[in-house]
Amino acid sequence: MKTALPVALAIAAFGAHAASDTRELVRLVRQDCGSCHGMQLTGGLGTPLTPQALRDKPVDSLVATVVNGRPGTAMPPWKTIISEQDAEWIVQRLIEGFPEETR
Amino acid sequence: MRALLVLLALLLGACAQAPLRGTGDLGIVIERASGSVAVVDTSAREVIGRVEGLGDLSHASAVFSRDARYAYVFGRDGGLTKVDLLTQTIAKRIVQAGNSIGGAVSQDGRLVVAQNYEPGGIKAFDAETLELVADVPASYGSEGKRSKVVGLADMPGQRFGYALFDAGEIRVTDFSDARNPKTTRYPAGNQPYDGLVTPDGRHYMAGLFGEDGIALLDTWREERGARKILSGYGRGQEKLPVFKMPHLRGWAVAGGKAYLPAIGRHEVLVVDTKNWQEVRRIPVKGQPVFVIARPDGRQVWVNFAFPDNGWVQVIDTPSGEVVKTLAPGKAVLHMEFTPRGENVWISARDDNRVAIYDTQSFALLKTLPATAPSGIFFTPRAARTGF
Repeated sequence: MKTALPVALAIAAFGAHAASDTRELVRLVRQDCGSCHGMQLTGGLGTPLTPQALRDKPVDSLVATVVNGRPGTAMPPWKTIISEQDAEWIVQRLIEGFPEETR
Repeated sequence: MRALLVLLALLLGACAQAPLRGTGDLGIVIERASGSVAVVDTSAREVIGRVEGLGDLSHASAVFSRDARYAYVFGRDGGLTKVDLLTQTIAKRIVQAGNSIGGAVSQDGRLVVAQNYEPGGIKAFDAETLELVADVPASYGSEGKRSKVVGLADMPGQRFGYALFDAGEIRVTDFSDARNPKTTRYPAGNQPYDGLVTPDGRHYMAGLFGEDGIALLDTWREERGARKILSGYGRGQEKLPVFKMPHLRGWAVAGGKAYLPAIGRHEVLVVDTKNWQEVRRIPVKGQPVFVIARPDGRQVWVNFAFPDNGWVQVIDTPSGEVVKTLAPGKAVLHMEFTPRGENVWISARDDNRVAIYDTQSFALLKTLPATAPSGIFFTPRAARTGF
C-alpha cells in the first residue's frame, strides 16, 4: 500500500484512475475504512456509509470529512494517505453504492 | 432383539466417526471476507477444516465454550454462530442484533453474552441452545438513547464489565439471577473505545479515545467508582491520526505491569499494576493495535494500525526495549500465542496467509493459506477470565 498510493495520487492528479489504482482504492475503503465502518459499509464504531445513509449529505462536506477528519469523533484526517481527488472519487462511489473488491 | 439392533446400529455409527481427539490444541482463524472460519490444529500446524456460512465477519471475534469444543463467533451483522470444532460444522446459528462485534462467556460457562453496537446493549444467551435469556439495553440520558457497547469482558460472580462509547460509562451487569440481571453504572471518561479485565478478574479498564487516559474500576472496591490513570499522557503534543482503533484484552498484563496502546502516539505505555502509575513509554513503529504478552510475560508483541500494518514488534519486558521487528506480511490484523507461548500465529490479511513464528528464535516456521485472515483464537481462551 505504501508504495502503491503515491502512484494512485499521481494518476488522480490527472483526473483518471488506472484499473490497478481503482482496485487499491476499493480495497482501502472496504478493508481500512471498513475497520470502523464495516466491510459492507453498514457501520460499526463509525457511521454507515451506504447510499441511503449518505443521501442528504452534501458531497463537499463528505469529501472534507475524508480529507480533514471530524474533530471530536474517531474519524481521522486521511489527507496524508488520500488526495482530495481520490476522496471525491470515493465519495461519489459511496453515494452510488460502493463497488465490491475484485480478487 | 430390538435392543440388540439398536446397539449394533450405534456401534456401526461409531466406526464411521473420526478417531477420538481433544480440543486443547485447536482453534479458529476468521476469514473475514468469505464469512468462513478455518479450524486449525496448533500441534500439527495445519488447517484441519473449514466452516462456511457465518455471514459478515468484518470485525469478528470468538470465545469458547467451557469444554473448549465449541467456538462462539460474533459477526458484524449480528450473527452469533456456534461452531463445533470436532465435526467442523455449525451447531447453531442466530442473528441476534443489527451490528455486533464480540462477546464473552460467563464464569460458569452457561451464558454467552453478546455486545452490540446496534441496537446498543448486551444480550445473554443460553450457551447450550442460544436461546435469549436476558436483554440489557445500553440506554443513557433522558431521551432513551442507546450507546454502542465496547470492551465486554467476563468477570467472576457471573458479572460482565463493558463500556459505553457514546455515554462515557463503564457498566457492570451481574447475571447471578440470569433472567433478572442487575447493572451498576460508573462514569468513566470521554469515548471509551475498548476494555479489558485483568487476568485475576479484579480490575476492569477502559481505554479512552476522546481524552488521554484509561478508566480503571477496582471491582473489589466498586464503591470507589472508576478512576483515571495515565491522565494526559499526550500532554501538549498534537495527536497523530488513528486509522484503526486499538484493541484491549487481558493479555496486556505481564509481570505486574500492564502494557497499553497510546492513542494518537506511536508508543506503548507501561503501568505498574500495584499502584497504577506510569513506569515507562516504549516508542514503536506506529499506532499500536494489539499489545499482547506472551503467556510467560517475558515478551510483549505489538502490531499496528494502517499504514504501518505490515510490521510486528517484540518488546523484551525486563529491559522495556524493542528487540525484534518482523514483517510477517501485508496487513497484519492479529496475533495469537500457542497455549504456552512457544509459537505465535500472525494473520496477514492482504497476503492471504497465516505466518507461524518461533517466539524464541523469531524463525518463520510455516505459513498457512487462509482467505483474508483476521482474528485467530485458540481454545485455551476457554479457561481464562476476560477472554
